[in-house]
Amino acid sequence: MTNIEFSKQIRKLALHMVHRANASHIGGVLSIADILAVLYNEILSVDPHDPKWTDRDRFILSKGHCCTGVYAALALREFFPRQELEQYAQDSSRLMSHISNHVPGVEFSTGSLGHGLPFGVGKAIAAKKLKKTWRTFVLLSDGELDEGSNWEAFMFSAHHKLNNLVAIIDYNKLQSLATVDKTLRIEPLADKLTAFGWRVIELNGHDHVSLFRALTQYVPTDERPLVIIAHTVKGKGVSFMENKVEWHYKSPNSLQLEQAIAEIEKAA
Amino acid sequence: MRNAFIHELVTLAKQYDHIALVVGDLGFSVVEPFADQFPDRFINAGVAEQNMMGLAAGMASEGYHVFTYSIANFPTFRCAEQIRNDVDYHKLPVTVVAVGGGLSYGALGYSHHAVQDYALMRTMPNMLIAAPGDPMEVRACVRYLINNPQPSYLRLAKAGEPCFHKEVPEISPGKWLNIREGKKLAGTYLTTGGALELVNNMLANKPELKDWSLNSMPLWSMKAKEAQARQVEGFATVVTVEDHLMDAGFGSWLLEAASKRPDLLARIKIKSLDSKVCGMVGKQATLNTEGGLSEIIFSEYYHTD
Repeated sequence: MTNIEFSKQIRKLALHMVHRANASHIGGVLSIADILAVLYNEILSVDPHDPKWTDRDRFILSKGHCCTGVYAALALREFFPRQELEQYAQDSSRLMSHISNHVPGVEFSTGSLGHGLPFGVGKAIAAKKLKKTWRTFVLLSDGELDEGSNWEAFMFSAHHKLNNLVAIIDYNKLQSLATVDKTLRIEPLADKLTAFGWRVIELNGHDHVSLFRALTQYVPTDERPLVIIAHTVKGKGVSFMENKVEWHYKSPNSLQLEQAIAEIEKAA
Repeated sequence: MRNAFIHELVTLAKQYDHIALVVGDLGFSVVEPFADQFPDRFINAGVAEQNMMGLAAGMASEGYHVFTYSIANFPTFRCAEQIRNDVDYHKLPVTVVAVGGGLSYGALGYSHHAVQDYALMRTMPNMLIAAPGDPMEVRACVRYLINNPQPSYLRLAKAGEPCFHKEVPEISPGKWLNIREGKKLAGTYLTTGGALELVNNMLANKPELKDWSLNSMPLWSMKAKEAQARQVEGFATVVTVEDHLMDAGFGSWLLEAASKRPDLLARIKIKSLDSKVCGMVGKQATLNTEGGLSEIIFSEYYHTD
């Protein structure tokens, strides 16, 4: 499957999940669909038949409310039957609406923001100490950067030269109530992260080629951890959801679902 | 206690290469024996407890048994959610070590008084509380935790505590350790943590309490409640003593544990710190007395017939 097809599938499956469950957070799922597609289709060294394979790459979704995107990616990679996605957020389902490590292929449950990066730091430093070559990838939201724990982790990772750690920031510029800029300004973000001792790559988070290039960049001689600032659009791919704060919460009705799916299928 | 802890940890770290120690920029003149011998398994996370606990969980998920070490409320309340979500929920082998349990750091003020830590820890479903009463119990706790890796909280006093056991005792969660024999069916004092020394000293000076026994419970948890009613049954009165506030503390825990047997509830009396100590400053002994843990107050439970 091409990355484009993979990302379209993630979007469609996630839309169906939130529609069926009348659940929230589709806007932030659509903004990371391309990042997840490139990761799960090309980058991450994982084995769907052995989700706990010792030498796998570790992926942590710190913005755990956008779990439908990861569940979709895992189902597409056949970590579990795609049909199980229909159980999303239903009674007794393991597919809870904040990412759950009870799901095969999920490393860590999150939901409260600011937890994923410190946990990933622990994995990355363990890998260094155990002389393992796998990498740890942590996907964070932009609003999540309000949490001080992330900055503790940024500081620690650079100090300990964790160049086996990759943080990806989904910079869709929208938070829960308003824009990031109006809520708690994080700019100049690249300068801040550079000053914290990270190698910074800024890119279009919907451009699969740029994502692939950045995610495969591993320079053993560079001891800095890598952060990718992925500029994205919240609600990307569905015109009436793009850059609309309400789609942090709303769930598409049947008509909206139909329209959304049609737009995604038509897209190049 | 803190020296017994580090010596035991060093001894076991020689045998097991998965033991790691992560400190929150504290532990001067305590942690050096570990740091010097196992530099690759020692991390000073800096003054950043949330990251410290999160990374400890991450390391634990890769096979380490991580001990996080700091003072009083810093490795507990400051990073409570990391303990709740990252460590406890994921059932990871991280032992949160807090030195300065109770009012050990009396003169340092409320920020350094650990008098609500049991309350925080005992509401976490997978958490095992280890509150040793003397250096021998410290060693027993460290051994138990390493042999039974799980989310755990090790509450240490400070330094210079006497030993009440001649050797390292056998311990298990919820089991009362007899320190002093008493008369059958008389009263008993049941302590956890540093309260053991307080009660032992009090009993030594009270010949009229010669029939009373003394028990210590260094390991307890939500899961260890079941075995309590059976142990309460053997005594006319059980006075729990803790250097912690009453609310959600050790005595409350025992009451909850015995609540399936209402006939036993009247036997349980709780001695804990009065909340008026919150904000007071002074020597540990002074504050414990002010908080109501003095020998005079114990006299209300003398008569058990």
